[in-house]
Amino acid sequence: MTTTTWVALVGLGAFHGLNPAMGWLFAVARGLQERSRRVLLAALPPIALGHLASVGVVAALVSATRSVAASTAVAVAGGVLLVGFGLWRLLSERHFRWAGMRLSAGQLAGWSFLMSSAHGAGLMLLPVLLADPAGGDGHAGHLSAAPVGALTGLAAAGVHTVAMLGVALAVALLVYEVFGVGVLRRAWFNVDRLWAGVLVAAGVLTLVAAA
Amino acid sequence: MSRWTPDPTFYASPREAVAAPAEKLAYVAAFDRSASRPDALAVLDTDPDSPDYGRVVGWTDLPHTGDELHHFGWNACSSALCPTAPHPHVERRYLIVPGLRSSRVHVYDTQPDPRAPKLVKVIEPEELAEKAGYSRPHTVHCGPDGIYLSALGGADGTDGPGGIAILDHTTFEVRGAWEADRGPQRLAYDFWWHYNHDVLVTSEWGTPSMVEDGIVGELLLGRKYGHAIHFWDLAKRRHVQRVDLGDAYQMTLELRPAHDPTKTYGFVGVVISVEDLSASIWLWHRDGDAWAVTKVIDIPAEPADPADLPDLLKPFGAVPPLVTDIDLSVDDKFLYVSCWGTGELLQYDVTDPFHPVRTGSVRLGGIVRRTPHPDFPDEALAGGPQMVEISRDGRRVYVSNSLYGSWDDQFYPDGVGAWLAKLDVDTEAGGLTPDPRFFPRGEEFRGLRVHQTRLQGGDASSDSYCFP
Repeated sequence: MTTTTWVALVGLGAFHGLNPAMGWLFAVARGLQERSRRVLLAALPPIALGHLASVGVVAALVSATRSVAASTAVAVAGGVLLVGFGLWRLLSERHFRWAGMRLSAGQLAGWSFLMSSAHGAGLMLLPVLLADPAGGDGHAGHLSAAPVGALTGLAAAGVHTVAMLGVALAVALLVYEVFGVGVLRRAWFNVDRLWAGVLVAAGVLTLVAAA
Repeated sequence: MSRWTPDPTFYASPREAVAAPAEKLAYVAAFDRSASRPDALAVLDTDPDSPDYGRVVGWTDLPHTGDELHHFGWNACSSALCPTAPHPHVERRYLIVPGLRSSRVHVYDTQPDPRAPKLVKVIEPEELAEKAGYSRPHTVHCGPDGIYLSALGGADGTDGPGGIAILDHTTFEVRGAWEADRGPQRLAYDFWWHYNHDVLVTSEWGTPSMVEDGIVGELLLGRKYGHAIHFWDLAKRRHVQRVDLGDAYQMTLELRPAHDPTKTYGFVGVVISVEDLSASIWLWHRDGDAWAVTKVIDIPAEPADPADLPDLLKPFGAVPPLVTDIDLSVDDKFLYVSCWGTGELLQYDVTDPFHPVRTGSVRLGGIVRRTPHPDFPDEALAGGPQMVEISRDGRRVYVSNSLYGSWDDQFYPDGVGAWLAKLDVDTEAGGLTPDPRFFPRGEEFRGLRVHQTRLQGGDASSDSYCFP
């Protein structure tokens, strides 16, 4: 992986961490409900874990597939998928549905996994993963390269998630300790719409790079 | 189309909602008892600086007749900020308006002209019956994951069980019945929740055959109307506990949980005790691992000359208070109690919910008293304070006077009329003062009766909050 790849992964992690829907808001709500910063802090690791699982599955699949299949085919398929999913997110008015506030750590991780998956968090990493020089050590094209590719993907997801957790933690603490939830009414711009735009852009980028 | 910033009428916490600006308009459900003309959504001007203050400034007829509009609610509210499924960039824009008698559910768009709501969808009774198995839709609440709609009857108006249907937030299509396991619950009426605790509460009135042609004396004296409330696991949609108030306490109607999401108490009003015709308010609260109820307010019947009473009440020689609606201010400080029989609106300080302190009272109408509005002393009023709505800042209270078509006719047989009063509140010490400039009535409502009021931007019974 190149430095640019790592920077891009961290940047996208920060973007995901910033999104209230990805979990920091839930952590703040739990903290406020129990009037405890400890509860807030305890909520974030399961949320990050769920995010990691969601992103990791996609990243590992993409990286592994790339190790064994022609890069261009993977890129085109991924790009088309990304543009399609992004457009659907952009145009669909539907929102994630979930009832239940009192979740165990495991359920919280499950919630985060579903939330991240429904938002296509892992898909957003496609252009970064595909832009990285393939395989690297000459095993590309062999089925035996798949596990190594998958590991690379998991590493990418890990770095991404650490960045996501860092930003989510910072935002959650700022809202909890400094601003209060009143800030939501003013500062919560429509991340979902921006998010969908980024998905489409990432898809286009992938397709252009493949061409 | 979604917004770039959250709908400005959404508030994360009740504390913030109290600082909301005053409403400029109010929507009122108006219905024609004879079912010969369409029911209507009337729009009232509530802006004291407007020349039309206190007048009907908008009127939208329904497409059919005989719906009997009753309660209604918004498509979205502050619960859109709830963190499990946040979507605060939708708009509080559509009114979900059920016909309690017809079982049609109407969706009205309050944009672009909030004074002229436009019909955008009708859910036919067949769809509600087919997909959810319910009829006689009643209470509407905007949940974080969909629109919840309670219903009194089973499919095609049968005697139930009644329950809750879920409507899609965006398409308003019926998604199905909410309950995964209803346990012993059969009767339905109101519902609300302690959202942060995954608790839903439901109350009991009666099935369609028990209520539609008027209150049935034998059923009442036989203690057959609802007298319990039910607690549910909101996430699993399962019945958890039935709490019986005792079968003397007939008709557990309106449920008003604390707005503070960290609290787990609320109030339920009981219309009548068959033992002494009194009405009562009960508090539900946690008791160890279970739910319990405690009677916190008792309102006695008032002795009366049988000659002044409608046939139904003559044998008793007394007027029952008939508590038909209650409402809790957004700051959970004041509880308002409508005594539709005696014609009185009571205000209690419920800062300590176990020990309410009476802080105010206004008399209007009443079966025997017929108290006029203090600023219009020549006009004897029929009906009494019934549906109560409180502004988010708690400074204004609106009361309308009709209960339910066939019941109006029994208790006010010479005509219930139509009026809607506004009372100004002393939010520090308590106390209520009728506003002389705001008293739309009679012809202003074109011969229709008035039921629930909803305030533009939300009110004390429209929104729930996930942050304390």
